[in-house]
Amino acid sequence: MRVNTKSLLAAGAVAVIATLGLASCSGGDSGSDGEASSSGTLTVWVDAERVDALQAAADAYSEEKGVKVELVGKDNADIKDDFIQQVPTGKGPDITMGAHDWLGELSTNGVVAPLELGDSAADYLPVAVDASKYEGTTYMLPYAVENIAVLRNADLVPEAATGFDDMIAKGQAAGLAQPFVVEQGAEGNPYHLYPFQTAFGAPVFGSTDAGYDPSDLQLGNAGGDQFATWLGSQGKNGTGVFNTDIDGDIAKQSFLDGTAAFWLTGPWNVGAATEAGINVAIDTVPSPTAEPASPFAGVKGFFVSSESKNKVAANDFLVNYIGTEDVQLELFKAGNVLPALTAAAEAASSDPIVAGFAAVGAEAVPMPAIPAMGAVWQYWGIAEADIINGADPVATWQKLAADVQAAINK
Amino acid sequence: MSTTIDDEVTPATEPKPTKRQRRAANIADAASGGLKVLLLKLLMLGLVDAIAIYAVIILASAGQWLVAAIVGVVAVVVNWIYFSRRKLPAKYLAPGVIFLVVFQVFVLIYTGYIAFTNYGTGHNGSQEQAVSSLMASSLQRVEDSPTYPVTVVDQGGTLGLLVTDPDGEALLGTDEQPLAPVDADVEGDRAVAVDGWTTLQFADVIARTDEITALAVPFSDDPNDGALRTPDGSSAYLYLSNLEYDEAAGTMTNLDTGTVYSDIGTGAFTSDSGEELLPGWQIVVGFDNFVRAVTDERLAGPLLYVTLWTFAFALISVASTFFLGLFLAIVFNDMRMKGRKYYRVLMILPYAIPSFLSALIWAGMMNESFGFINQVLFGGASIPWLTDPVLAKFSVLLVNLWLGFPYMFLVCTGALQSIPEELQEAATVDGAKPWAVFRLIKLPLLLVSVAPLLIASFAFNFNNFNVIYMLTDGGPRDSNAPIPVGFTDILISMVYKVAFTGQTRDYGLASAYSIIIFIIVAVISVIAFRRTKSLEELN
Repeated sequence: MRVNTKSLLAAGAVAVIATLGLASCSGGDSGSDGEASSSGTLTVWVDAERVDALQAAADAYSEEKGVKVELVGKDNADIKDDFIQQVPTGKGPDITMGAHDWLGELSTNGVVAPLELGDSAADYLPVAVDASKYEGTTYMLPYAVENIAVLRNADLVPEAATGFDDMIAKGQAAGLAQPFVVEQGAEGNPYHLYPFQTAFGAPVFGSTDAGYDPSDLQLGNAGGDQFATWLGSQGKNGTGVFNTDIDGDIAKQSFLDGTAAFWLTGPWNVGAATEAGINVAIDTVPSPTAEPASPFAGVKGFFVSSESKNKVAANDFLVNYIGTEDVQLELFKAGNVLPALTAAAEAASSDPIVAGFAAVGAEAVPMPAIPAMGAVWQYWGIAEADIINGADPVATWQKLAADVQAAINK
Repeated sequence: MSTTIDDEVTPATEPKPTKRQRRAANIADAASGGLKVLLLKLLMLGLVDAIAIYAVIILASAGQWLVAAIVGVVAVVVNWIYFSRRKLPAKYLAPGVIFLVVFQVFVLIYTGYIAFTNYGTGHNGSQEQAVSSLMASSLQRVEDSPTYPVTVVDQGGTLGLLVTDPDGEALLGTDEQPLAPVDADVEGDRAVAVDGWTTLQFADVIARTDEITALAVPFSDDPNDGALRTPDGSSAYLYLSNLEYDEAAGTMTNLDTGTVYSDIGTGAFTSDSGEELLPGWQIVVGFDNFVRAVTDERLAGPLLYVTLWTFAFALISVASTFFLGLFLAIVFNDMRMKGRKYYRVLMILPYAIPSFLSALIWAGMMNESFGFINQVLFGGASIPWLTDPVLAKFSVLLVNLWLGFPYMFLVCTGALQSIPEELQEAATVDGAKPWAVFRLIKLPLLLVSVAPLLIASFAFNFNNFNVIYMLTDGGPRDSNAPIPVGFTDILISMVYKVAFTGQTRDYGLASAYSIIIFIIVAVISVIAFRRTKSLEELN
């Protein structure tokens, strides 16, 4: 007798469709993201690279408190958007890992719940506690503080530079054409240029007790014009130290090849440099002025979802568990970023690299999380790239300040 | 259902099938196999039904009634189709139609719906969620107030907080009753139990999270002293709220300034001076997004030149790839060419490499200071391939030509080989020159089969996000434009920037743009397909 494959296929197809259809109809809720948490389970979204580091803490917590903690590894690039979209559906996680500069967006969308650090607030680095606040309310449990610093190839240049010009001179004395690299790109990279900008006394916003003040744009002050003039003099038509054709990969390659002795970058690139056998030392950012050059600090932490059905357990898990030295050190091992808890930060600073970044971080200022910052990012890099490529510095800078002000006022 | 006479099956609506149709149906039944196949069919359908019933139960328990109903109806229809003796076309069509609905129609309708809402940053959820979020973030901890060790206690379903104040004195209060001193058992520095109340263990606290999150115990009879709340069930803090929600009037009042924010139908609480409290919520705004897309002066200017460039990009890409592909196809179709096979394989290579990768590599090669093209081919010149507005457009077209010509080459090779040799010979005998042969005979015949593909290629290039995103990301940026749009942005990449970059997302506006793009492409395709009908008369 003939086996009738067509009906088989058709029936099979229907089965597949039914399942797929159901999966897609039920609100795009794939199994891995976890259901809306039933009582007694905490769903935590974690950057996929840190799942292992947190697993031990999660298991220990389940053991002790009888609350199941389910860690879901997520791609770092998608966490924020997925969180914002899924929380209102009630299918999102109870807790997500994130960065403090998301706060403006998360709070504007009403997807984060306030968090009370209580007396433990004093146990964290001040910059971490400041960054965890938005409009005076704390929303984040910080676990790491990240900032950029200058990586120096100690074999080429044995001692730290005293200032920006000294750095270039030392590098040229070592026989290098382009001794200092920092990643830019066609649209600039204001994050990496910010230390030089602050050295001229031109922060983005002024600040009040509650944090940055969006109505007080400091970008276009006199220091800003000086910075722009200096940036132009170091660009295409000047010394050529800054070049928008140097993107992240090219900057990295120059340093690894030894054609550059100084590289302004973050802790995420240290591993690549040490693996390439370079004798890395960490220096503060050499200032072009007499003032210190303060980079942005990015603080990483955990947020509680405003729609979580398990807020008590979530708060308890974060404040009384992730906020402990052991867990913070465990997370530090996974990412090599300075812990936010002071005790853990001190323990981690036995590593000279971490200590180096921490020393620079002492000068760092939290990156503004206010929504007005979005308007700044939109124009900032483009203006800096234009100045580097030879546009009139002061005019371009003033136009930037005017554009940003207009976008904020709109 | 294997059969050879599916063209003779009638729709079931006809009352009396003719004899011939009855016979056909019988043959179809006979062809549908024996007992084993029937059992297998039952098994498969059983599986589908089991999944469907499980899904309906789950969905119903989650309160998703609409989706549950849809799944139920679809399951019933599927059973009806496959158990019926007729419905042969439906048996073939059902799976495809279900796929189509789930993956295409639903997505389109949902995008259409979003285009009529204000969904985006600040309008992300429901009004209820916005209110609860505003209320939660309005709680301010009273300055310099201590941390109170706390035990959650219960009396006949009423929750209370057993608090130990900094002097070591035990106090008890509930939602209704302000804190009052009680005699309690103390362990260490914390009161843990009190007569007449049950002490909750941590597991009970977790189980009653919702009640505990909502529990606020007044500190005294004066509401201005604030209330104690416990975020984690073991410590309590004293909070004051600076917002008050009046549900009946639908207003929010800021207690510090006295400003009243009311719901004026814009999806956010708004004060008289126009200041909005965010988060707001999602509402349907009708055609606002479409109106804004074409009239908002910030968007209209960029929209115009981005649209023009999109048309230019799509048309030039189709034309350039087609003519290069056609030229190469003709060259490699010539018998006198040696090693045609190898050349053809080489020609396919750009098509075989994923376009994401190719575009990234091209971007690297076109870097002004370090790229291969400037450094090696032009001996260290600094030509701004990707950073000059005009040259960047040229570069994008060049890379798209590189990515696209192999496809056209394949298509044209196939089409050329299907044109009979006799035509060429007859034309040559009649004394036609090669160019005339090509122009008057080959090209029209070629276009009969290739024209629909050219239209498809136009539609594809009109929305060719990958090349633009990977090569220039729309850059160089137009620093005069109010939105972050660049000189090589096409509509789809501009929409992407509006919807998914920066800190203010606007999904509603982006969906409106998507619909506008869809209409443009659809209209052009329809017109073009009508025009190509005239070509078919050649055959």
